[in-house]
Amino acid sequence: MKFKYLKHTADAKFRSFGKDIDEVFCNSALAMFNILGETDKVKPIKERKISIKSRNYESLLYDFLEELIFLLDTEHFFLSKVKNLKVSKDFTICAVVVGDDINNYEVSGDIKAVTYSDMEIKKVKKGYEAVVVVDI
Amino acid sequence: MVTKWDKKLKKVKEDVYQIDKEGNMNVPVKIFASDKLMKKIKTDESLQQGVNVACMPGIYKQSIMLSDAHQGYGFSIGGVAAFDTEKGCISPGGVGFDINCGVRLLVTNLMKEDIEKKIKEIINTLFENVPSGVGSESNIRLSDEDLDEVLNFGLKWALENKYATKEDLERCEENGYMKTANASKVSPRARKRGRRQLGTLGAGNHFLEVQYVDEIFNEEVAKIFDLKKDQVVVMVHTGSRGLGHQICGDYLRKIENEFSEVVDELPEKDLAYAPADSQLAKDYLGAMSSAANFGWCNRQVITHFIRKSFEKVFGPEVKLDLLYDVAHNIAKVEEYKIAGKDTKLYVHRKGATRAFGPGHKEIPKVYRAVGQPILVPGSMGTSSWVLVGTDKAMNETFSSAPHGAGRMMSRHEANRKFNSDKVIRELEENKVYIRAASRRGITEESPGAYKDVDEIVESADKVGIGKKVARLIPMGVMKG
Repeated sequence: MKFKYLKHTADAKFRSFGKDIDEVFCNSALAMFNILGETDKVKPIKERKISIKSRNYESLLYDFLEELIFLLDTEHFFLSKVKNLKVSKDFTICAVVVGDDINNYEVSGDIKAVTYSDMEIKKVKKGYEAVVVVDI
Repeated sequence: MVTKWDKKLKKVKEDVYQIDKEGNMNVPVKIFASDKLMKKIKTDESLQQGVNVACMPGIYKQSIMLSDAHQGYGFSIGGVAAFDTEKGCISPGGVGFDINCGVRLLVTNLMKEDIEKKIKEIINTLFENVPSGVGSESNIRLSDEDLDEVLNFGLKWALENKYATKEDLERCEENGYMKTANASKVSPRARKRGRRQLGTLGAGNHFLEVQYVDEIFNEEVAKIFDLKKDQVVVMVHTGSRGLGHQICGDYLRKIENEFSEVVDELPEKDLAYAPADSQLAKDYLGAMSSAANFGWCNRQVITHFIRKSFEKVFGPEVKLDLLYDVAHNIAKVEEYKIAGKDTKLYVHRKGATRAFGPGHKEIPKVYRAVGQPILVPGSMGTSSWVLVGTDKAMNETFSSAPHGAGRMMSRHEANRKFNSDKVIRELEENKVYIRAASRRGITEESPGAYKDVDEIVESADKVGIGKKVARLIPMGVMKG
């Protein structure tokens, strides 16, 4: 399982899984876009490079997801997949995100912002897990 | 359900509960809700959030939660808090991501019977003219200078560019522009997110509804508000779009960097605040006010599109006058009597509507004698309300009233539980025509996913923080 949605009254909350930190970041991005529609159906038409430095893993995850919302708002970018994602120990992330114009798909709802509410990234037996609440 | 709050919650009087000051709390928490709504409120984290807010520096009197309260980030939704302008603080989390999310109501010269047969045509025309849904943008292209004007001067820009009338400005909270705005404090990222979104409805719980006045509860005030039974009105519920969301995020991060020692001590990071006397507090106030101005311009440009749509369907004689426009996610400087002295406070309303009573100088002259119109939107397909402000709210809630129904079920859960065909059919049986950008949006916003707005309004009326004037029933809904 890449991610699952958790109970939350007003917004969207998810737990994402991965064998390492890179995979958790990747699956968090997919979880966030699946709030709007099915990323599996999105064609890999355009690519955008992402490179961010932050002060810890939580802030880095926040910034990474926020960058994707920025692309959604300014370029209508809807995610299909993430390539070559690498999170380094100095809290930097490099990735190539691949997707298409959201107006070509049936989607619903909105993503307003990432929040720190209940956010966690932790090491578990099988790798890593993250919890994120997104303001919708 | 028994919760940990049962022992702490004290019923002060009918529809008013209190959690007494203890531990780190600077003031008590006061909840204005009926027994039935209170049961719902204590099931999530909102009361804990109310307590957390009561611990913040320079908070006055009480941490307030209204009848539509539910869990938010840091601060609960349906929450009000007022802080000292020198020793207190300003918190982006006390406003929320959707700065100046709010409601406006347009009053038409049409009656229910004039429009019944044309409801599909008008909703479909609105759907074509008002961009909506995630990823939508308007055809208004703003230069850097234009955007500065929007951010600094709000509806003044709209008036100069023929999207607004003079009367529109007179009948908008703050006359449609906050003097505390400072566009230079808005980041390039926020500007980029907002640039193509002026005049767009957005998605999620935002909507545009054609409604009629179903019942009048106060004839005298209704007359002054120009509302009569069976009259057609149009309600717009949206905010400052990506621009406002980005400003909130930007400043939460700035506070985290600059006041990390304060933020690390907080029970929730989203409670992050800037001390009132810091430069960052002033900068946030400038940026947030700019987003508020953008929000008013957004609802105004949409109003322009609505007027054009109605003219197309009903001819040039049709009129849509603004009754009022109120923000329900905002922080501002307001004056209150504290220990007999006029004192300026930073009042934060997160999912709460300003509700000034009779005589307040900030109310448009035409309404001043009776009080401010309070607009309470329902959920899709249910009733919405017009209330009037009271003196009581001035003393009890820093002049605030509930802002809407408030969710009680996640979108995900609603999606599983409801079926879009059935929701559409049920709405049509009640003579409500709906047009949405997606079918899933219909189930997610299904009336069953929200609290009962009538119950919320009854509770506010009973406590006296907003008195009922008119109930509005939808005829047609447009969802993002």
